[in-house]
Amino acid sequence: MTSATVLSGGALERPDAAAGQAVATGLWMFMGVATVLFSLFLMAYVMRMDGAEGYPIAMPWQLWLSTGLLTAGSVMMQRASVAAQAMRWSRARTLLLAGGACALAFLGVQLWAWQVLHALHVVPAGNAAASFFYLLTALHGLHVAGGLVAWAVTARGLLRHATRSVWRMALCARYWHFLLAVWAVLFATLGWLTPEVVRLICGTG
Amino acid sequence: MAHADDASLHEPQSFWTRYVWSQDHKVIAIQYACTAIVVGLVGVVLSNLMRLQLGFPGQFEFINAERYYQFVTMHGMIMVIYLLTALFLGGFGNYLIPLMVGARDMVFPYLNMLSYWVYLLSVLVLIASFFVPGGPTGAGWTLYPPQAILPGTPGNTWGIILMLVSLVIFIVATTMGGLNYVTTVLQARTEGMTLLRMPLTVWGIFVATILALLAFPALFVSGVMMLLDRTLGTSFFMPALVSMGQVTNYKGGSPLLFQHLFWFFGHPEVYIVALPAFGIVSDLISVHARKCIFGYRTMVWAIIAIGVLSVIVWAHHMFVAGMNPYFAFFFATTTLVIAVPTAIKVYNWLLTLWRGDIHLTVPMLFALAFVCTFVIGGLTGLFLGNVSVDIPLSGTYFVVAHFHMVMGVAPLLVVFGGIYHWFPKVTGRLLDDRLGKLHFWITFLGTYAIYFPMHYLGVLGMPRRYHNFDGYQFIPASAHSLNVFITVAALIVGAAQLLFLFNLAWSAWRGRLADANPWRAASLEWQTPTTPPRHGNWGPQLPVVYRWAYAYSVPGAPQDFIAQNAPPEAGSAEPEPYEAKGAPA
Repeated sequence: MTSATVLSGGALERPDAAAGQAVATGLWMFMGVATVLFSLFLMAYVMRMDGAEGYPIAMPWQLWLSTGLLTAGSVMMQRASVAAQAMRWSRARTLLLAGGACALAFLGVQLWAWQVLHALHVVPAGNAAASFFYLLTALHGLHVAGGLVAWAVTARGLLRHATRSVWRMALCARYWHFLLAVWAVLFATLGWLTPEVVRLICGTG
Repeated sequence: MAHADDASLHEPQSFWTRYVWSQDHKVIAIQYACTAIVVGLVGVVLSNLMRLQLGFPGQFEFINAERYYQFVTMHGMIMVIYLLTALFLGGFGNYLIPLMVGARDMVFPYLNMLSYWVYLLSVLVLIASFFVPGGPTGAGWTLYPPQAILPGTPGNTWGIILMLVSLVIFIVATTMGGLNYVTTVLQARTEGMTLLRMPLTVWGIFVATILALLAFPALFVSGVMMLLDRTLGTSFFMPALVSMGQVTNYKGGSPLLFQHLFWFFGHPEVYIVALPAFGIVSDLISVHARKCIFGYRTMVWAIIAIGVLSVIVWAHHMFVAGMNPYFAFFFATTTLVIAVPTAIKVYNWLLTLWRGDIHLTVPMLFALAFVCTFVIGGLTGLFLGNVSVDIPLSGTYFVVAHFHMVMGVAPLLVVFGGIYHWFPKVTGRLLDDRLGKLHFWITFLGTYAIYFPMHYLGVLGMPRRYHNFDGYQFIPASAHSLNVFITVAALIVGAAQLLFLFNLAWSAWRGRLADANPWRAASLEWQTPTTPPRHGNWGPQLPVVYRWAYAYSVPGAPQDFIAQNAPPEAGSAEPEPYEAKGAPA
C-alpha cells in the first residue's frame, strides 16, 4: 500500500501502480457522486412531470447524432486503452485523439440541438420538460468538458512519458463509458418517459 | 518497511508555497480552521443581535423586522455549513486523517489545496451578500420557495442569488475535499493500519465524508434549480401565483419538491457534523480516562448504521407540510430507530469512563459536556420524531432548543475539546489551562442557561421565527422575562469566546512548551518524529502499526499506554479484542 511512497515537489507522488490505484478509487467515488447528482435531477424530473404541465418535448434528430458520436468516442477510448496496454503507442495516440475529438464534436452537436429547439420557441422558461432538457444537457455538457480536461492531461502525458500513461488511458476510457451511460439514461428519460409512466411511478395514475 | 526520499529536499521553500498556496494537509487544515472560525464569529455576532431584539424589543432601532430575518438566515447557514461542516471535514479531517493513518499527505494534495481556495471563495461570495443592494437573503436557512425568491422577503434580489451561488461553490469545494479524504483512508494507510485499527475519529470523519458526498448533491440540485427559477424564470419550484398583487409568470412548480431535496441533504447534514464529533469524543474519552474504548467494533458499526439510517429519515422535517400517513409512519419509525445505534455509542462512552483513571483536563471536560448535551438534545428529538407531538411543537421554540442542543452546542463542544486536545501537536505548545477551564464553564453552563428555558417557552406555545412578541395575549409576562434572561446568557457566552480566541493567539506564541505526546496518547498522530510534524510527517520511514489506537493501562506494560507503532516487544499482552487480518504480528 505504501511501500514506496516518495515526496516530490511538495506533493505526494507515488509509483505508477499505486498512483493509478489511488486515482482509480477517486474516480469511482466521483462517478458515484455524479450518479447521485443526476439521479436526483431525474427524480425531480419525474416528480415535476407528475402534473398538468407534465408533457415531454419532442427530441430533435441531432441528439441521435450526438449519441452516435459519444458512443464512437467511448469505443475509441477503450481501444486506445487496449493499445496502450499492448504498448502500441502510435495507435494509442491516434485513438485517444479521436476519442477526444468525438467528445468535442458531441458538445458541438448538443449546442446545435439547442439552437434548433430555440428556433422552435422551446425555451428554458417554457414547460417543465423544456426547462429540464436545457438544464440536464448543460450539466452533462459540463461533465463532458471536465472529461476533456482529463483527456488533455492524458494526451500530454502520452506524448511525454508514454509508459506512465497506461493507467491514465484506462481511466479515461472508464470515464468516457460513464459519460455515455449517463447520456443514454438522460436521453431516454427526457425523450420517452411518458406521463403515463410518470403517473405509474408516482402512484397517481 | 516503507521508505521515502529525503523529504527535506522536496519541501516547499518559499513563503508562498509553504503557507499560502500550500499543498501540505496540515497547512490546509489550519487555513480551513481559521477561515471557519472567522466566519463562525460572524455567525455568533448575528445570533447576539437576534437575541438583543428578542430580549429587548424595540430598543435597537437598526434591528428591524427585515434585518432580523436576514440575521436569522445568515446565522443558520453560516453555523451549519460554513463553520461546522468546514471545520470538521476541512479542519479536523485534513489535519488528522493523514497523521492518524500514517500517510505523508492526502493522496491528491493539489486537489486538496484547490478545495480550500474554492471554500474561501464560497465564504467571500456569502459575505459579499451583506454589501449588495437589498442585503443578504432573509428567507430562513431552509430557503423555502416560493417565498425565498418573491418580493416581500428580504434580500430577494441579489441576496438570494449570492446565497445560492455560494452554496454551489461550497459543494464543489466539499466534493473535492471529500474525494480526497475517502481515497486517502482507502488507499494511503500505512503498513499494519487495517480499517479496524483506525481511530474512531478517522471512522467518524470517513463515514461523514461519504454522507457528505451523497447528500450535498441534493443541495446542489435544489440550489441550481432555484437559481434558475430566480434568474431565468423557470418554474421548477414555483407554482402559478399572485405576488404583491401581480400575476407572476411562474406555473406548475412544486415547492414540496424543494423541501424533499433540501431535507434529503439537510438531515444527513446533522450527521455529517455529528459523526466526526462522535469519533473525536470517543478518542478524547479514551485518552483522558486512560482506558481502551469500550466496544470498539460496535462503535464502528454504530457509526455506519447511523450514517445509513440518516439518509432515510429526511421527511420527518416535513410532517407539517403534510404527507401520506403511512409515509409519516415510516419516517417517524426510521427516525426513532436511529436512537438505537446512538444509544449504543452513549453506553460505550459511559462504560469506557467506568472505573477509568479519569483526568478532568479541558478536552475531557468538553467531551463529557458533549455526551451530556447530546443525550439531552437526543431525548427531545424523540418527542419531535413522533408526528402527533411534532405537529404542535414544530413552530415553537421547543424545536429551536432541540436543534441547538443537538446540532449547535454539542458539536461545538467537541470542536473546542478537539482543539484543546490537538493544539500541542499543531503548535508544539499547550493552551493555557486556567483560561481553558474558565472558557469551558462559561460556555457549558451558559448554553444550558440559553437553551433549557427555550424548551419551556416552546411547550408554552411561544412561536419561533417571530421578530417581536408584543401584543400576543397568550404569551405571559414571565416569558418576556425569560427572554431577557436568555439574551443576557447569550451575550455572556458570546463574549466568552473571546477568551478562547485570546488563549489560541497567546498560547500559539507564548504558551507552555509541550512535549511530543503531552497526553500520553497511543494513536499514531502523537508518534511523529517531530512536533509539530514537518512536511511529509514521518521523516525517512513511514511508521508500521502493530495494534489498535486504544492500548491504555495494559497489564504488565512499562507505561500506561502502548503506541500503535511500538513493536510488540514494547508491550505485553496484545490488547486488541480481535485478530486484525493482514496486520504484522
